[in-house]
This record gives sequence, structure tokens and C-alpha cells, in this order.
Amino acid sequence: MSSISTKLALVLAAAALMSACSTPKEEVKAPVAEAPPAPAPVVENRVVAPVVAPEVDPLNDPKGMLVKRSVYFDFDSYAIKSEFDPLVSAHAKYLSSHTARKILVQGNTDERGGREYNLALGQKRALAVTKSMSALGVAAGQMEAVSLGKEKPKAAGHDEAAWAENRRADIVY
Amino acid sequence: MPTLRMNVLKRYLRNTLLLGAFLSFSAQAQLQVETYGVGATQIPIAISGFTNEELAPEMVSKIIKADLNGSGYFKVLNTLGSTSETDTVNLPDWKSQGADALLVGSVQKLDDGRFDVRYKLYDTNKSSTLLAFAIAGSSQYTRLTAHKIADAVFEKLTGIRGVFSTRIAYVTKNGSNYQLEIADADGSGIQVAIRSKEPIISPSWSPDGTKVAYVSFELKKPVVYAQNLMTGQRTLIANYKGNNSAPAWSPDGSKIALALSKDGLTQIYSVNVDGTNLQRLTNTSGIDTEPQYSLDGQSIYFTSDRSGGPQIYRMNASGGEAKRVTFTGGYNITPRISPDGQTLAYISRRDNKFQLYALDLGSNQELRLTDTSDDDSPSFAPNSKYIVYATEVNQRGSLGVVSVDGRTKQRLTTQAGDVRNPTWGPFMK
Repeated sequence: MSSISTKLALVLAAAALMSACSTPKEEVKAPVAEAPPAPAPVVENRVVAPVVAPEVDPLNDPKGMLVKRSVYFDFDSYAIKSEFDPLVSAHAKYLSSHTARKILVQGNTDERGGREYNLALGQKRALAVTKSMSALGVAAGQMEAVSLGKEKPKAAGHDEAAWAENRRADIVY
Repeated sequence: MPTLRMNVLKRYLRNTLLLGAFLSFSAQAQLQVETYGVGATQIPIAISGFTNEELAPEMVSKIIKADLNGSGYFKVLNTLGSTSETDTVNLPDWKSQGADALLVGSVQKLDDGRFDVRYKLYDTNKSSTLLAFAIAGSSQYTRLTAHKIADAVFEKLTGIRGVFSTRIAYVTKNGSNYQLEIADADGSGIQVAIRSKEPIISPSWSPDGTKVAYVSFELKKPVVYAQNLMTGQRTLIANYKGNNSAPAWSPDGSKIALALSKDGLTQIYSVNVDGTNLQRLTNTSGIDTEPQYSLDGQSIYFTSDRSGGPQIYRMNASGGEAKRVTFTGGYNITPRISPDGQTLAYISRRDNKFQLYALDLGSNQELRLTDTSDDDSPSFAPNSKYIVYATEVNQRGSLGVVSVDGRTKQRLTTQAGDVRNPTWGPFMK
């Protein structure tokens, strides 16, 4: 049973009782204007408040391709091996649909050779990545190809394993 | 006998360096210097202690002895006691002891607190006086005064200008702490020009010795700055898109040549020293880098892989056609032209070793200067007779100095960390 109709009934009943108890001195009664019922201070339990779920940035999705940011190169080579095509495409696709995002691509070399010449060689690796992305439609203004040469090696050793780890271009958002 | 002399030399150097440590502006240890090898001909010289030299903060005769001994041009004879420039000397007697020259002198403290150093250089063969001078300076310039006397003696007896009072700049790395340091040519008097948590490479002196340009990675990419050493003020020379590196001052101090990758691959450009007026000097589809002006400012030597592997080329300072200079081996980089224009120094990779070579441009004769295998960054002394370079010994970065004939060698190491990228400063007033 609706609480409103119950209350209305009570109010009417109360009004009837009160008019019954009063002593009518005169026959003429002022017309009793029926006041509208006071608004019921009651929580609406049928309201649904909409929530927008926070979007997981695909860049940080640990299961996605975009968390991978490094392309590795063979000795004396600046060619992107086919095994890295999916990584490059994934970042290119992300950048194309998020045009406010920018990346720095940092090229690196292993420790062998002169510092300045290696800076230029590392640049060729970074350029290989940005050129591939450009071919996939990413705007030039969203990318900058730079080199760290041999100055910031990730692996500290002096063997082929360390050198292979350092022949690398990193995509930095 | 040579071994004994070497130990005596090392003791002199160690004592000198220890004294220097108290005066150094940096808390860091001095560069330790070891000298080995001697030149083709050595002039035997007797150097007496200078009277009252213990009054000054440094023993000037010891610094002069170390300078001349380490140069490879002199054989410094052991002497006892001290002799001033006013004492009577028996030159024939010195001659009979094997000395061709005798250096004597004295130190006095002046009323204003400065030290007055006087010296006399005698020719024992002719029984004549070759030099007689006085240099006055405040106490912190005692080492510099000694180096200037060594320079004067060196030039008088060899005809070649001495470089003992010049300075070198170089980079140190201790973990992730990088420093650009300025030191005297003998490794003492270290002052720190800049500290950074990111690498610094390729320092280059301005011709007047007051500024150093360098590449810094503090912005996560290579950027070129020029820093006034006296004021610490930095000017941004180049931060174009891509790499900015390999700065080299023109000899008249008006321009800096650099390597920029702003247009794709690395090419050579020049800018005015305030960073304006960018001009492109090379235009190839390979890598052109490491520009170096000749002392007359007319040519630029540089590294290019336009023919496949990296080789050294020379072009007009305004760019244009380039002539290839190196032909031996498939990898020749980091060209440095001597101030007198006679010698080209460079790093060549042969049999997987990176070693310092010198090419006599007149005779086209090439000479390998080192026996190490990881050499980098050669730089000529301003008298064209020595080259400082970076190398690796026991897996640590250290510096080497070698004479252009390959005979006289020095090694400079820090106590901790690595030293790399040395560049020899100019003659200064």
C-alpha cells in the first residue's frame, strides 16, 4: 500500500475528527483550502546514478603489445627485423588514434667504437623506427628520433649478450 | 739506472700531487701521472733547488724537474742543495758532470704577500747566461709560475714552445655522476666546470681558453652548450630536432661547427657562437660528423661514411666538395689536425682494436702510437708535439699522452671512476 495514500487518509481522518470536535457557533464556515501535502523527505530507491568506468590506457596494459617499447638490432645494422613489425605497428596505431601523444625514439649502440660516430649510428636505428611509423601514417610532429650512442648502456657487460641488449631503439612516451 | 730514475720521478710526482691536493678546488683526488719512454735525443740539464723555495706553497724546482723530465726532451740530472741566481757557479764543473745546461733560482716573499721567483739558465758549454727573469705572483699561482719557468727553459733549449702551463678538459664518470673537469696539463689543480646526472661528451675549447663547448644529455637527447668557465654561464648552441653534437670552435672564435641530425641523417653544419646563422656544410646520404677546423680556418676535416665505412675527409670551411684523406683499413674516425698543420691524428679500427694513429701529411707516413686497444678522443697539445687521448686500462677509462713520434708516453688516471673525452686547451696569456 502506498505510503502517500495512507498518509492522505490519516490527514483526512484527522481533519474530520478535528471538525467533529470543534463547537460550531455559526453555520457559515470559511472554506478550508486544502493545503498540498508537504514534500516527503524520503530517499528515492529507484534512482540509478550512472558511473563511467575509467579507461585503462592501452599503453600500460601489461597484457598488451604497447608495454613493449624496445626494438633490437643486429651488429652494424639499422634494419628492423620482421619480428618487431607487430610492435612498431601497435605503437603506430596507438599514435594515430591519440594524436596528442608524442614519442621520443632513442637509438643506442653497443660499446665498441668512437663516441660521436656511435651517436650517429644510434640515430640511424631511431630513424628506422620513426620512418616505419611514418609509413604507417603517424604524423612527423608526434615523433623525434634521437640517439644516446653508447653513453647509456642497459647491459654493463663486455660480451655479445650485453652488446646485443644495447643495440636497441627505445620508444619513450 | 732508468728504473731508479723512474722511481725518483714517481716520488717527485707523488709529492707534487699530494701538495697539489691541498690547494685543489675540488674534493676529488688528483689525476695520477706516470711517465715512461723518452725522446730520441735528450738534453741533459741540471736543475738546482731554488733557495728559500720552501717559503712558497709549492717547491718550484720540483715542479720544473717533473715537467722537463716528463717531456721526453730532457734528462734531468740529480742535484743536491739549492743555488740562487746570484750565487757564483762553476759552469765547467757542471759541464764535466754531464750537464749541457744549469737552472738555478730563488724565492722571496714580498711585502704585499706575493712570491717573487727569480731564475737563471746557463749554457755550460759556452759558459754563458741564456735566460734571467723574475716572475711575481700571489701564492695560488706558485704552480703556474713554476710551469712558466719550465716553458721558458723548454723553448730556449729546444726551440719548441712549452705546454707545461696549458690546461686540459675532460669528463669523469662515477656511477651516474658525470663531471666536466679542467686540470693543469700535469693533472693537478682540478676544477669542476659542471656536474650532471646524465652523460657529457665531446668537450671543445674556445681558442682563447675561456669557454668550453660540450654535448649534454640532460634533456634526454644530445644538446650542445657553450659554457664560460669563469662565470659558469651557459649558452645553448644547438637543440634542433634530433641529435646535436661534435662541437668544434673555429680558430677565430666566431663560429662553431657541429653535427646535427635535424634533417634526417647526421650532417655537418656551422653556427655563430651565439647559436644564430645556421649553415649546412655537407649534403650526403650517409653520416658526416666530427668536424675539426684547421688552424688557418680554411679547411674542415671530418668523418664520413659516404664511401661505405667511416673515413676521414677534408673540405673547405664553407662546405662543398670533400677530398678523402685516409685509405688504410675500413674504419678511420675522429680526425684531429695538429696546429702546425703537419700531422693528422685519428682512431683506426684494425683487427678489432681501436688505436691512435698519426699521419704525417707531408710524407704520407702513418705511425701507430699506442699498444692499447680501446683508444678514443685524441687532442693535440697547442705546440703540435703531443697528443692526449682516452683509453681503457684494466677496464677503467684513463687518459694517455704520447709524443707525435710515439716515444714519450704518460698515463693519467683518477682514483675512482672513469676518465674520458680529453681535450687540450690553448696557449693562454
